[in-house]
Amino acid sequence: MGSDGKKREGKTDQPSLEFSDPPPPFSLLIAMAMAIKLSLILLFFSSSLIPTFSLFEDQVGLMDWHQRYIGKVKHAVFHTQKAGWKRVVVSTEENVIASLDLRRGEIFWRHVLGANDVVDKIDIALGKYVITLSSEGSILRAWNLPDGQMVWESFLSGSMSSKALLTVPANLKVDLDSPIFVYSGACIHAISSIDGEYLWKKDFASEGSVDVHQLILPGGSDVVHAVGVTDSSQFDTYEIHVKNGGLLKHTSASFPGGIYGEILPISGDRFVVLDASRSVLVLITIENGQIHLEQTHISDLIHGSSGNTVILPSKLSGIFSLRTDNGIVFIKVTGEGKLNVMERVDKTVVISDALPHSEGEQAFALVQHGDGKIELSVRLVHDMSSNHLKETVKMDHERGFVHKIFINNYVRTDRSHGFRALIVMEDHSLLLLQQGEIVWTRDDGLASVIDVATSELPVEKIGVSVAKVEHSLFEWLKGHILKLKGTLMLATPDEVAAIQKIRLQSSEKSKMTRDHNGFRRLLILLTRAGKLYALHTGDGRIVWSTLLQSLRTTSQQCAGLKLHQWQVPHHHALDNNPSVLVVGRCGLSLSSPSALSIVDAYTGKELQNMGPVQHSTVQVISLPFRDSSEQQLHLLIDADKRAHLYPTTPEAANIFQRESENVYWYSVESEAGILRGYGVKKSHSSDTPPSEYCFETRNLWSVVFPSESEKIIATVTRKPNEVVHTQAKMIADEDVMYKYISKNMLFVATVSPKASGPIGSATPDESVLVVYLVDTVTGRILHRMTHLGSQGPVHAVLSENWVVYHYFNLRAHRYEMSVLEIYDQSRAENKDVLKLIVGKHNLTTPVSSYSRPEVTTKSQSYFFTHSVKAISVTSTAKGITSKHLLIGTIGDQVLALDKRFVDPRRSLNPTQAEKEEGLLPLTDALPIIPQSYVTHSFKVEGLRGIETVPAKLESTSLVFAYGVDLFYTRIAPSRTYDSLTEDFNYALLLLTILALVVAIFVTWVLSERKDLQDKWR
Amino acid sequence: MAAIRRSKPNSPTLLLLLLLPQSLLLSLFVCSSVAIATGNGGGYTINGRVKIPGFGAKGFGLPVKANNAKVMLNGGQQVTFLKPDGYFSFHNVPAGTHLIEVDIIGYFFSPVRVDVSARNPGKVQAALTENRRGLNELVLEPFKEEEYYEIREPFNIMNIVKSPMGLMIGFMVVVVFLMPKLVENMDPEEIRKAQEEMRNQGVPSLASLMPGGGRSN
Repeated sequence: MGSDGKKREGKTDQPSLEFSDPPPPFSLLIAMAMAIKLSLILLFFSSSLIPTFSLFEDQVGLMDWHQRYIGKVKHAVFHTQKAGWKRVVVSTEENVIASLDLRRGEIFWRHVLGANDVVDKIDIALGKYVITLSSEGSILRAWNLPDGQMVWESFLSGSMSSKALLTVPANLKVDLDSPIFVYSGACIHAISSIDGEYLWKKDFASEGSVDVHQLILPGGSDVVHAVGVTDSSQFDTYEIHVKNGGLLKHTSASFPGGIYGEILPISGDRFVVLDASRSVLVLITIENGQIHLEQTHISDLIHGSSGNTVILPSKLSGIFSLRTDNGIVFIKVTGEGKLNVMERVDKTVVISDALPHSEGEQAFALVQHGDGKIELSVRLVHDMSSNHLKETVKMDHERGFVHKIFINNYVRTDRSHGFRALIVMEDHSLLLLQQGEIVWTRDDGLASVIDVATSELPVEKIGVSVAKVEHSLFEWLKGHILKLKGTLMLATPDEVAAIQKIRLQSSEKSKMTRDHNGFRRLLILLTRAGKLYALHTGDGRIVWSTLLQSLRTTSQQCAGLKLHQWQVPHHHALDNNPSVLVVGRCGLSLSSPSALSIVDAYTGKELQNMGPVQHSTVQVISLPFRDSSEQQLHLLIDADKRAHLYPTTPEAANIFQRESENVYWYSVESEAGILRGYGVKKSHSSDTPPSEYCFETRNLWSVVFPSESEKIIATVTRKPNEVVHTQAKMIADEDVMYKYISKNMLFVATVSPKASGPIGSATPDESVLVVYLVDTVTGRILHRMTHLGSQGPVHAVLSENWVVYHYFNLRAHRYEMSVLEIYDQSRAENKDVLKLIVGKHNLTTPVSSYSRPEVTTKSQSYFFTHSVKAISVTSTAKGITSKHLLIGTIGDQVLALDKRFVDPRRSLNPTQAEKEEGLLPLTDALPIIPQSYVTHSFKVEGLRGIETVPAKLESTSLVFAYGVDLFYTRIAPSRTYDSLTEDFNYALLLLTILALVVAIFVTWVLSERKDLQDKWR
Repeated sequence: MAAIRRSKPNSPTLLLLLLLPQSLLLSLFVCSSVAIATGNGGGYTINGRVKIPGFGAKGFGLPVKANNAKVMLNGGQQVTFLKPDGYFSFHNVPAGTHLIEVDIIGYFFSPVRVDVSARNPGKVQAALTENRRGLNELVLEPFKEEEYYEIREPFNIMNIVKSPMGLMIGFMVVVVFLMPKLVENMDPEEIRKAQEEMRNQGVPSLASLMPGGGRSN
C-alpha cells in the first residue's frame, strides 16, 4: 500500500482519475504513507549518528536519583553559639568532612579527602574555621565554616611517625596569632589559625624517644603541657612556652611496670593510666614540679572484675570511667588522690565527652540501650548521683546499638538549659535527639555499600476498581493537556511548575509492583555495617532495611562480604518470595568461620540464619543449577580448598552429584602469582569429608607467573548472567566473523614488580604490562599481549568476546585504553546465512571447553584523558542492543562511551562499505562528550563501583553507581527504539487524529458538493 | 522528534590561543614562582595554581562551582584542594614524572605531566598531556567548559511542521487544496484518457472502497 501510494504521488504531472475526482481519503492515505516513510528515514538518520546519552536539564530526576551521604561519623563538633545557622561539623570513616544543618540534618557542604589522607582530628578555630588534621598529622587544613572553601593548608613534616594530637586553645592570653598546637611526627607544631603560618616547632626526637599522649593548655597560662611516655616505662612532662616553643621545664619519673593504652588527664595536674598487665591503675600527680605515682589494684576497687580493662577516653574533670568485662565503672579522684567508685553501669552504655555547662560545671551524657528504645541521661560531673535530664526515645530495632554520642546544650526560651545529642548507631546511621524525640535521621550506612543485587517486585494483584481507572484516565488526560500547553509555550509559570511536578512525582514509577518494562526493581545493598537495605529504583526510597543477626551473634567482628541471588521464583515455587544469600566472615583472617544468611527480598526478613558455620569462605560460586523450588545451588570454597554445597538438601546434593563432573572453578593467588583451576574430586578415598555436602577438590591446572618479572594486578571475568544474542558478527563486504564466546574466559593483567607502585615510581624502561586471556577450565592461555612502558592500575571489563582495559602509558605519559577482541577461527568457513538468520548456527556444533580453539584476536589502543575508578558495561535483556562502556572517572562522574569507539577494526580511512556498517574513522584519543556523562552534573563522590542490570525492555539498561553517594539512572544505548520517549505527546497525537477525522468529513462534504455541481453542469 | 546530537563547535585549539596571551601576561607579572621546592626527607613540594578565565582575571576568586574543586596527583594517590586564590600544593612528592589532574565540575582540564627532578631542584617541567604543550609554570586553565545537558530548543512552529504529524497535516492540506487547482488547469480530454487507461488496467483501487470514491465510479 505504501509503495503504491508513493508511486501515484510521484506521478503528479500525469494526473489520474483520482485527482480529477478528488478522493480525499486516498490522498490522506498517501500523505500518511509519506509520513511513515519520512519518519523511517528520520529514524535511519538518527541511528546512523553516534547515539550519546543526553538529557535536557528539565529531565533531571525523571528517571534518575542521586543521594548524598557522609559515612559513619568519627568526630563531631557543634557550632551553635552566635550562629544564624546551627550546624555540626563531622568527620567520618569514609574520609568525609561535612557541615550538617542541625535542624534537618542536611549537608551544607562536604569534602571527600583522598583515600590515604585519613582525618585524625577536627575542631573549630576562631569561630569561623574548621580545622582538620589528616594523614597521620602531617596535613593541617582550615575550611571556611559557612561555605566549606579551603582557607589555608599547612604541611607539617616530622622526624618520625607518631600519633596525631590537635589542640585549639579557646581563650589564650597571648592571642596574637591565635595559634593551634599540633603534635605529630614526634614534634609539637604551633601554627597560626589565621593564615596557617608556621610559628614554631619543637622536636621531641632529640629528647629521646618520647611518645606524647596529651597536649594540655591550662586556661590563663602561657605554657603548653605535653605529657608522654618514654619506652613505655617513664613518664615525662614538658612545659613549653606558647610564644616561641622554648622548653621551660622537663620532669620525669620512671615506672618499671610499663603502661597500656593512653594517659588520661583527670585535672590540670592529675593523670591516670593502666599498667601493662591491665590490672593496676596508676594515678600520676604533678606537685611542685615532682611526679608522684600511686598504684591501685583494680580488683581492690571493683570486686570480681576480670581482664580486658580499658580506660574510656571521655575527658570528665575529676572523674574517669573504666570498662571491664562486667560493666563500666565511674571512679572519682578526690582532692587527696583517693579513688572512689561512684557508680557501675552496664557495659553497653555509651558515654559522651564532657561539655562545659555553667560556671565550672560539666555535663556529659550516657546512653543505655533498652528493648526497642534508648535511654538518654545527662548528668553533671559534680553531681553524679542524680540525672540532670532523662529521656526515653523509641528506637528502631534495625538500627542496633548506640556506638557514639556527642552532646551539645542550648538555652531554651525560658532560659533553662536543654541538651541535644547526636548519636551514631551500629548501622552507621546518624540521629539527632532533642526533647525526647528523634529530630532527624541520616542513613549513612549507605555510604559504604559492599555489594549490590537486584530483585523483581511482586506481581500486581488483579482487580482494579472502575472509579480508579476513570480517575486515573482523567488525570492522565489532564496531564497531557498541560504538557501540550507546555510544548506550545502557552503555559503560565504555575502550570510549568505543575508539569514538572507531574513528571517527577509520577505515581507510576514508585509503585511497589512489577511493571511491564522492568524499570521498577529493588536494589538490595549490603553495607559495611552488616545491614541490608532495599531501595526502590523509582525514587530511591528505602523499602526495608535489616541489620543481619547472623553477623551480630558472636563477639567476633563479623562483616558482610558478598551478596548472591538465592532464589528467583520464575516458573515454579511462585508462592515464594525471591531471596538473597549474604555471605559474611567473622574475624579478620581468611580462615575465620563464615556467617550465612538468607533474606527475603520483599520483606527483609531473615529466612534462614546460619550463624557462624564451621567452615571458612574464601570464594562463593553460583552454580548454574536450581532445585525444584528454584533455589540456586552455591559452592562455598573454604581456606582448605574444600567445597561446601548449599542449600544443604538431599535434592541439591543429587543435582550436584550428577553435574559435578562439569563443575570447574579457579582461584587467583595474586601474592604468589599463581592461577589455579579446580574440579570436584570424584571419590573420597583417604580422608572422608565431614558431611555429604562437603566435597574434596582436585587441582586441575596451574599457571605460574614468574615472580621476578610479573605481578598480577587485575583479573576480570564475564558477568555470569550476561546474555549474548548472536555469535556471528556481520562485517563489511558481507562477511561473517564468529565471536569466541566462552563463559570461562579470564582476563589477567600483570606488571613488572618495579612498576606495581604508583605513577612516577618507575621509568618506562623497567615497566611492562602483560595481559592474558586464560581459559579457566583448561588453564590454556588463549592470548598474550605485552605493552612495553606501561603500568597499572588496570581497570578492565570483559563482555561477549571483548575486553576493554585502562592502564597508564609511561612513554606518552597518558592513560590508554585498549580493546582486545577474540574470534573463533574454526568456524570461519561455516557461513550458512539461512541458519544465521534463523539463529540456529549456534546449536549445530557441540562446544567443548576441552577442544583446542583456533582463535584470532584483534586489538587497538587509544588515549583516554582521565584516570579511571571503575569500568562497567551496559547489559540488556536479550543482548541485541549495542553496548556502552560506563567509565567511572577520577572526577567521580560516570561517562557512557559507545563501544563503537573501541572497535579494533577502526581504521584511518574506512572504506565505503565499512562506513555503512557504522565503523568510525580511527582517532588517537577517545572523545569525551560532556552530554554523555550519565551522572550529568552530579558527582558520585568516592565512586567505587558501577552495576548494570537489564530492564525487560530490550533497549534499556539500569545503571547504579555507588560510592559515598548513590546514583541510579536508566540508559538506552541505542535510544529507546522499542518505546515512546518520556516526552511523547499523546495529546498532540489525539489532536492530530481528531483534525484528520474532521478534515475527512469536511473534504467529503466538499466533494459531494462538487459532484453535484458536475452533474448539474 | 528525532533529536540530533549537537556537538559544541568551539574547538579547544581556538580557546587555547585565546588563553595564551593571558598566561604570558601572568608570567611577566608573577616573577616565575618556583613550582617545585625541596622538602626534607627526600620529598619535594609541587606548587601550582588553577585559574579559570573570567574569574582569575581579578587575581583571585574562583567561581562558586570551584568550591568543590579537587587536584589529584597520580590518579588519586594524593588529593588536595584549592585555596581561595586558586593555589594548591602537593607535599612530600618523590622525584620522578608525575601526573596532575584537576577536577572541577563544569570544566574540562587536561592532565598535566610534571617532572620532579632530583638533580636540579626547582626546575619546572610541566606539559599538558592532551596537546603536549609545555608550561613554563604550573598555571592550569580549563580547556573548555562542559555543558552536561542538551539545550532545549525554544518552541518553533517549524518543529511542529517538521514532525511526522505536522508533515501529515501539511501533505493533506497540499493534496486537498492545491491538487484540485492543478487538475482544473489541465485538459479534460487528457484526464478522460487517463481515466480510461486506469479502468482498462483494472487496478484495484482502494479508493473504490471508500464512500466518496465508490460513488464516483
